Amino acid sequence: MAFKNYILVCGGAGCEANRGVDLYKTLQKELQEQGVENEAQVVKTGCFGFCEKGPIVKMLPDETFYVSVKPEDAKEIVAEHVVKGRPVARLLYDKTQSRTNAKLEDIDFYQKQVRIVLRNCGVIDPDSIDEYIARDGYDALAKVLTEMTQDQVIEELKKSGLRGRGGAGFLTWKKWMFTKQVASNEKYVICNADEGDPGAYMDRSTIEGDPHSILEAMTIAGRTVGASQGVIYIRAEYPLAIIRLENAIKQAKDYGLLGENILGTGFNFNIEIRLGAGAFVCGEETALIASTEGRRGMPIPRPPFPAVRGLWQKPTVINNVETYANIPMIVLRGGDWFAKIGTETSKGTKVFALTGKINNSGLIEVPMGTTLREIIYDIGGGIRGGKAFKAVQTGGPSGGVITSEYLDTPIDYEHLQKLGSIMGSGGMIVMDEDDCMVDVARFYQEFCVDESCGKCAPCRIGTRTIYNLLTGICQGRGTMDDLQKINEIGRAMQKAALCGLGQTAPNPVLSTMKYYEKEYLAHIKEKKCPSGKCRDLVTYYILPNKCIGCTVCARRCPVGAITGERQKIHTINQETCIKCGECLKACKFSAVFRR
Amino acid sequence: MLSLEIQFISLTTEIAEVLILNTTMEKPAADDKKLTPELKEFIRQWKPKPGNLIMVLHRVQEHFGYIPRNVAFEVADLLDVPLARVYGVVTFYHLFKLKKPGRFKIAVCMGTACYLKGGEDIIKELENILGVGLNAVTPDGEFSVEAVRCLGCCGLAPVLSVNGEVHGNVKKDQLAEIVAKYKGT
Ligand SMILES: Cc1cc2nc3c(=O)[nH]c(=O)nc-3n(C[C@H](O)[C@H](O)[C@H](O)COP(=O)(O)O)c2cc1C
Ligand code: FES
Repeated sequence: MAFKNYILVCGGAGCEANRGVDLYKTLQKELQEQGVENEAQVVKTGCFGFCEKGPIVKMLPDETFYVSVKPEDAKEIVAEHVVKGRPVARLLYDKTQSRTNAKLEDIDFYQKQVRIVLRNCGVIDPDSIDEYIARDGYDALAKVLTEMTQDQVIEELKKSGLRGRGGAGFLTWKKWMFTKQVASNEKYVICNADEGDPGAYMDRSTIEGDPHSILEAMTIAGRTVGASQGVIYIRAEYPLAIIRLENAIKQAKDYGLLGENILGTGFNFNIEIRLGAGAFVCGEETALIASTEGRRGMPIPRPPFPAVRGLWQKPTVINNVETYANIPMIVLRGGDWFAKIGTETSKGTKVFALTGKINNSGLIEVPMGTTLREIIYDIGGGIRGGKAFKAVQTGGPSGGVITSEYLDTPIDYEHLQKLGSIMGSGGMIVMDEDDCMVDVARFYQEFCVDESCGKCAPCRIGTRTIYNLLTGICQGRGTMDDLQKINEIGRAMQKAALCGLGQTAPNPVLSTMKYYEKEYLAHIKEKKCPSGKCRDLVTYYILPNKCIGCTVCARRCPVGAITGERQKIHTINQETCIKCGECLKACKFSAVFRR
Repeated sequence: MLSLEIQFISLTTEIAEVLILNTTMEKPAADDKKLTPELKEFIRQWKPKPGNLIMVLHRVQEHFGYIPRNVAFEVADLLDVPLARVYGVVTFYHLFKLKKPGRFKIAVCMGTACYLKGGEDIIKELENILGVGLNAVTPDGEFSVEAVRCLGCCGLAPVLSVNGEVHGNVKKDQLAEIVAKYKGT
C-alpha cells in the first residue's frame, strides 16, 4: 500500500444523494488542511448496502466502519483516526462497544450475508479498472479466451446451476447453448438493466459499484455464443450508473479488454449503451428488443425466443445484470464451487433490496435458502418503530405477499412460487400493521394500468377493470360480487395475456385476496379499513374523557377542522376533515381515536 | 388504382399526423424552437446507427426539457422516419414530454417503498405549497411536479428529486424549505 490509511466513501446513488459528494470533498480538503494528504487517500467506492445508515465510510487497513457520516464529521475523522489512530466512537455503528464491533463483519446486518455478486461493491473504486483487475478482474475473460472452449464454458455454467436473476429463473447455460447452436453470421448479447420493478435497486448498485464485472461477463457471453456486439439497455433514470458504464467501457477499450483483438486473441467484441425511457414493459425481453430498435416497446409472442430471433432478427442472449455479475466468479472458481451454495434447485446467492417498514433497509446478498425470518429480523433488524410485522412483498407488480406464517420458508424460486409469490428481480418490501393490503393491491394494479402497453386486450382492459373494482372497495363501494369478478378476470389474464406483464399483473391482488380475505371483507361488509389507510373508510374522533384541551391538534390540522377553546374539549368537524391523521400523530394524550 | 390507393393512404396518414400534432403538441410560441448545430451534429453521428430514434430524442429532450413540436418535425426529417413514428415513440415512453416543464422539475417517487412511506402526502403538500397539481407548471414557469416510479434510492424513502438532485427521507414540513432553496436561483 502506498498510503498508510485509505478512507473508503460510499459513492452509491443513495449515499451521494445524502450529501455523500460533499463528504468526499470535505474529507479530501481536511487531509490537505491537516497536512496528512500523504498518509491517507480518500477513495470513492460502490454501495456498501447499508443504505439506511448512509453515508458509509470504511477505514482501511483497520476496517473501522462509520455510519451516517456527515461532511461536518470529516474534520474529526481526519484529526482522530488518521492523525492519532483512534476511532471516532460516536460514528461507529454500535457506539457502546467502540472497538470490538467496529468491523463490517461484526455488524449484524452483514453477518448472514455472502457476497458474490456484490464482491467488489464497497471494496473498489468503480471508476478504476486497475482496482478491478487487482481483485482478479478480467482473469475469467482471459481464461475463457485462452484456455476454454465454448462448450467448456457452457458446461461450467451447467454445473453451477445458475438461473436467470431477472425474474423467471431460466437456466442460463440453456439460454447460451440455444443461442450458440443457431447458425448465424451475426449474434447479439444484451444486458437487461432496465430494472423497472418499483422499490428495487439491485442492478443499479451492482453497476454503480462494479461496472467492469458486467462488461467482462458480457464479453465472455459473446465469446461463448459467437457474438461480437453487446448492448446494455439501461434505465435513463440511473444517470450515475450510465456514467460509470461509459467510463468503464472506455477504460476496458484502452486496456485492450474490449474492442478489436481482445488480449491479442483475435476475438472482437464491442459494447454499446442504449437508454430506456421510462416504460416498465421494456424490461420484458421482446419489448426491450423493440425499444433497442428505436420503436415503441411492445412485446411480441414467444416463440420464437430471442435465442433464435432477437435483436435485428438475429440470435440474441439476453440476461439480467445480476446474472452476468455471477459469471466471472463461476468461470474462475468453477461451477461446482457455485453449486455448493444455495438449495437443491436454486444455486448461489440472491441480492435483495430490503425496503419498507424495516429498521435496516439496504442492499443485501444472501445464499438461496436463507429464510425470510433471518432476512427480516437478523439482517433487517426487525420492524421499524416496534410495530407488528404484517407481510413482505416480493416480485413487485408481478409478485405477491408472504405472511408471518411463512416467515420460515427458505427462499428459492420454487418455494416462493408455491406461496403464490415469485422471486422476481429482488425487491423485498416489508409491510407493517399500518399498511392496508387492499390499498397495496390497488397500488400495484394502478401501476400495471399505467404500464400496460395496450397491445393485448386481457391486459389493457383487465388491469383497468380490476383497478376500478379495487378503488371502489377502498372507497366503500365494494360488493361481494366484486371479489368474484376480480378472481375471474385475474384468472383469465393469467392465461390469455400476451406477455409476462399482463399474465402476472393479477398476482398482487389474487395473493392478497387469498391471505388477507378478512381485510377485504371488512372493507366490503363493514365499510371499514382495519389499518386506517383507506381514507374514505375511516373517521377520526376526539375522546372527551381524554382531551385536556391543549390545542395541539387544532394547530396541526391543515384544514382547520378541529375547534375548541384552550383547556376545553375539542371536536372534529367531520365535514371538513380530510382524514390525514395528523391529529392522531400530534396528540400526546391518546385522545384522538380512529375508527 | 393501387397507386391511387397508396397515395390516398399516405395522404390520410399525413393528415392524421398533422391533426395529431396540432392538437397535442405544444403550439409554436413566439420563440420557435429549432435544432441547434450541436444537436444536428449529434443526429448526423447517430443517423447511420439503426435504432437511433430514442437516443436522439433523449438528447433533444436533455437540451429543451421536452420535445418541441417544430423540433419533432426536424428530427423526423433528418432521421428520415415518418413523423408518426416520432410521435408514437414520444407518447409511448413516460420520460418524453410534449409540454415544457418548469425550470425546476420536481419528481416525487411513487415507487412501492416511497408510496408506503407517504409519497402521496408529499405530492399533496407540494400541491399546497405550489398551488398546482401533478403534471402542471406554476404560473411563473419555475416549478412542475410529476410522480415517477422508483428513483433507485428506496433505502431513503420517501424520495424526491429536483432536476435530478435527489433528496431522501423527505418530511412534509421540509418541503417549503426545499422549494425555497431552488426558487429564483
Ligand atoms: C413485465 C416484465 C418486466 C421485466 N422487467 C425486467 C427487468 O426490469 N430486468 C430484468 O432483468 N428482467 C426483467 N424481466 C425479465 C426479462 O423478460 C428476461 O426474462 C430477463 O431479462 C432474462 O434474463 P435472466 O435469464 O438473466 O433472468 C421482465 C419481464 C417482464 C414480463
Ligand atoms: S421506491 Fe422510491 S426510490 Fe425506489
